[in-house]
Amino acid sequence: MKSYAKYIGKRVLYMLLTLFLIASITFFLMKLLPGTPYSNQDKLSEEQIAIMDEKYGLNEPVIVQYGIYIFGLATGDLGTSFQFHNTPVSDLISYRIGPSAQIGIQAVVVGTLLGIVLGVVSAMKQGTWVDTTATLTAIVGRSIPNFVFAVLLQLVFGVWLRWFPIALWTGFASSILPSMALAISPLADSARFMRTEMVDVLSSDYVELAKAKGLSKWEVAFKHGIRNALIPLITLLGPMAVALMTGSMVIENIFAIPGIGEQFVKSILTNDYPTIMGVTMLYSLLLVSVILLVDILYGIIDPRIRVATEGGK
Amino acid sequence: MMSENKFQSENSIPDLSPDLFVKADGLDVEDNEKITAPSLSFLQDSWRRLKKNKVAMVSMVLLIVITLLSIFAPVIAPNDPNAQVIEHANLPPRIENININGFNGTIIENDKRIDKYAAKDVPNDVNYYLGTDSLGRDLFSRILYGTRVSLFIAFVAALLNLTIGVTYGLLSGWLGGKVDNVMQRILEILSGVPNLVIVILMLLVLDPGIWSIIIALALTEWISMARIVRAQTLKLKNQEYVLAAKTLGQSTLSIAFKHILPNLLGVVIIQVMFSIPSAIFFEAFLSFIGIGIPAPNASLGTLINDGYKTFRFLPHLMWYPSAVMSMIMISFNLLADGLRDAFDPKLRD
Repeated sequence: MKSYAKYIGKRVLYMLLTLFLIASITFFLMKLLPGTPYSNQDKLSEEQIAIMDEKYGLNEPVIVQYGIYIFGLATGDLGTSFQFHNTPVSDLISYRIGPSAQIGIQAVVVGTLLGIVLGVVSAMKQGTWVDTTATLTAIVGRSIPNFVFAVLLQLVFGVWLRWFPIALWTGFASSILPSMALAISPLADSARFMRTEMVDVLSSDYVELAKAKGLSKWEVAFKHGIRNALIPLITLLGPMAVALMTGSMVIENIFAIPGIGEQFVKSILTNDYPTIMGVTMLYSLLLVSVILLVDILYGIIDPRIRVATEGGK
Repeated sequence: MMSENKFQSENSIPDLSPDLFVKADGLDVEDNEKITAPSLSFLQDSWRRLKKNKVAMVSMVLLIVITLLSIFAPVIAPNDPNAQVIEHANLPPRIENININGFNGTIIENDKRIDKYAAKDVPNDVNYYLGTDSLGRDLFSRILYGTRVSLFIAFVAALLNLTIGVTYGLLSGWLGGKVDNVMQRILEILSGVPNLVIVILMLLVLDPGIWSIIIALALTEWISMARIVRAQTLKLKNQEYVLAAKTLGQSTLSIAFKHILPNLLGVVIIQVMFSIPSAIFFEAFLSFIGIGIPAPNASLGTLINDGYKTFRFLPHLMWYPSAVMSMIMISFNLLADGLRDAFDPKLRD
């Protein structure tokens, strides 16, 4: 257990290194970018530019700016937005993180649960039409781009049936369609993953034994199959987090949700560098934390992995 | 009970007369040793299995047709995809001699079905099979060219990610030791960076265009390829036939190319097949949020984005490109699934 703690400590160190690297790369890339943060720079006098530069700390040498930026990051200061009324980027993010988190979490929970059901059922009914339908659903879900799916949902539930608002942010009712659009990718992924795992587990020796003891097919599935098949599902969390980030950028735009993704797209289109860097850091932090969490959880749930890492060191 | 009875009856076989037996002939014995089935190489064997998978074969044929159509787009396209005929803007689809709503040039406006082509004084012999956009450009031609751009980006990105990923993975796994350790730490750090972030940063730094998208995609996709190739190499390099080659004095490099690489083929092909639809999706995603292919050129992503803006009034502009893109994605995924079953790396492990 002691060496497992050491292993985790090492992972945390790598995580910080990754974040530092990303921060440095984004900083210097942004410095390389053409263009100016001020609109109508031609109309500004040199004095005005000098004043503005001083205000935003752009008059310092690049290396000093870099130091200030990294130090700011460590203390949670992400700088000030160029575009949105001089709002600090951290305020901009904390104001917008709620809606994004809400639809993201709803999508992951609903998508994964449905995916698990779909995967288990198709593994249990292997080779029948149920299996074919479930597999086909998963493939279609994986293949159709989520923005196409989102527009389809808008058309059917918003325009034709008028059950939900088309593009509006007023609370739960307006979060249903975007969550559905985002849920399709975790659903497809977990269904596919779960099916493979279940098929694997169902042909293992201890399941054979359970069957031999006289347990019914579904009893075996619930008591022995699903539990063991669920463990590897945790590894999907990382890819899911990535899919959600990408997804939220288009879904939030389509459904007009005041979230991080929508903000990010706006910042990219308006060259709002501090905000782009801030959101980039947020996304990276999220992904790195999820990866770390998956590693830790996996070690705790499945002792074999822990033993393997301990043996390796 | 059943099996017990069977056992008993098998044990009590009545007397066997010698004329039931034939004397073994020397020639016959040699014949028995012959392998009658032709010996198949790995690829032939996989191909045989793939052919049995109807879904995968249909997908493959469909993809070949779509690829050919997009390659020969300049020959097939009825119009210049960027030529604007403002007088013919926003026309619905019309195909000659077909009178089905949706393909006869009519559209419902104010609860009445009107013939848009007549309203705009379009000559009778001018037909836009999939309609036109707001600048009067032929959607059918634009989709053909858009598919061409999307597929080009995906194929080139896949090729680059194949080259980088396989080289990196092979080196890391084959050399092992300290080199492997360092290379793996680098991968570990890189995999914490969201793809999205790299792609968007690259697009901000490079000028927008086909090649920036390709470079951005290639820079992100190779990591998983490198990981898989490394894991497989680690496994393969301890196999007996590699030891045999070593004992016989083959150089490290020739073992890597002659014995390791061919055995990696299965996993590599599968990985490439999965990376193509993901590249197509990413390109469409970038175009959709507005940092993809610059106008007037189009990819499937930009067409969907343009169509989305007016999807309630001119649905054909959104749904035809979406349908083509979905079809390509589904086919690639089904074919990749089929290939995975055919190569079946799980059985080979």
